[in-house]
Amino acid sequence: MFDLNGKAALVTGASGGIGAAIARTLHGRGATVGLSGTREEPLKALAEELGERANVLPCNLSDADAVNALPKQAAEAMGAVDILVNNAGVTRDNLFMRMSEEEWAQVIEVNLTAAFRLSKGVLRGMMKARWGRIVNVSSVVGATGNPGQGNYAASKAGLVGMSKSLAYEVASRGITVNAIAPGFIATAMTDKLTDDQKSKIDDQIPMGRMGTPEEIAAAALYLASDEAAYVTGAVLHVNGGLAMV
Amino acid sequence: MSDIEDRVRKKVVEHLGVEEEKVTENASFIDDLGADSLDTVELVMAFEEEFGIEIPDDAAESIQTFGDAVKFIKENT
Repeated sequence: MFDLNGKAALVTGASGGIGAAIARTLHGRGATVGLSGTREEPLKALAEELGERANVLPCNLSDADAVNALPKQAAEAMGAVDILVNNAGVTRDNLFMRMSEEEWAQVIEVNLTAAFRLSKGVLRGMMKARWGRIVNVSSVVGATGNPGQGNYAASKAGLVGMSKSLAYEVASRGITVNAIAPGFIATAMTDKLTDDQKSKIDDQIPMGRMGTPEEIAAAALYLASDEAAYVTGAVLHVNGGLAMV
Repeated sequence: MSDIEDRVRKKVVEHLGVEEEKVTENASFIDDLGADSLDTVELVMAFEEEFGIEIPDDAAESIQTFGDAVKFIKENT
């Protein structure tokens, strides 16, 4: 089960905790991986750790031209893009009444518009191959909202609507489009929280703990696999019971 | 019959699985040949590859019939 030998996967935000875990997991199941992200150093370190079948493809996702060029670069490096994981995301948190146009636009551009551009760019190859997997990493806050994250929540909810619409369009061609909605996941970002803050978060979660990047990666592996061929337009919530939606 | 017509017809037959005789000058991909909108996108992709050309989105939208496709390709190759 979940064998990805012979498949090529492009993962954005592979320099971050969740993206790196997804890349490791897909690679571990035999996929060739394209590691994309803004910071080249962590991508190189990850590629070195993975060894063969790992390609470093740096890309600034707020640069439209660079994003539009990425699918082609990935296909050249790997021969194809069978699996696209739109994982990269940024936050520019602020109270709604204080949020600037720029804070709004930056988050939408990277989290949502880049996913649109990349999905569009990989579809041609997937249509021809009559096989493809697009996995969009959304967030629980896209479903529940979160104070201070009007922009982020909008982008993550937007990914869900985009996934479902595209899923309709390409289902007949063997291409599935799904979203994963992680809850609180222990990454470098949450390491910065104080113990007190962490325990308050844990108290809200029925499982009593934060999730791990590997638990998100397992969901991505499933959705990327042949075994999930009949799953499309779905949102897989991985949140320890934080929000049962 | 020109070579371009033959090649376009071959692609249409291949992609839409229709009888060659049905692919006439005024045959509409959607109304007469059973294509859905995604099929027409794929057909345009197939034409692009067959003839090594780029068909911009606005031009692609105007290609509704077999004759439209042949005309566009003749003018752009």
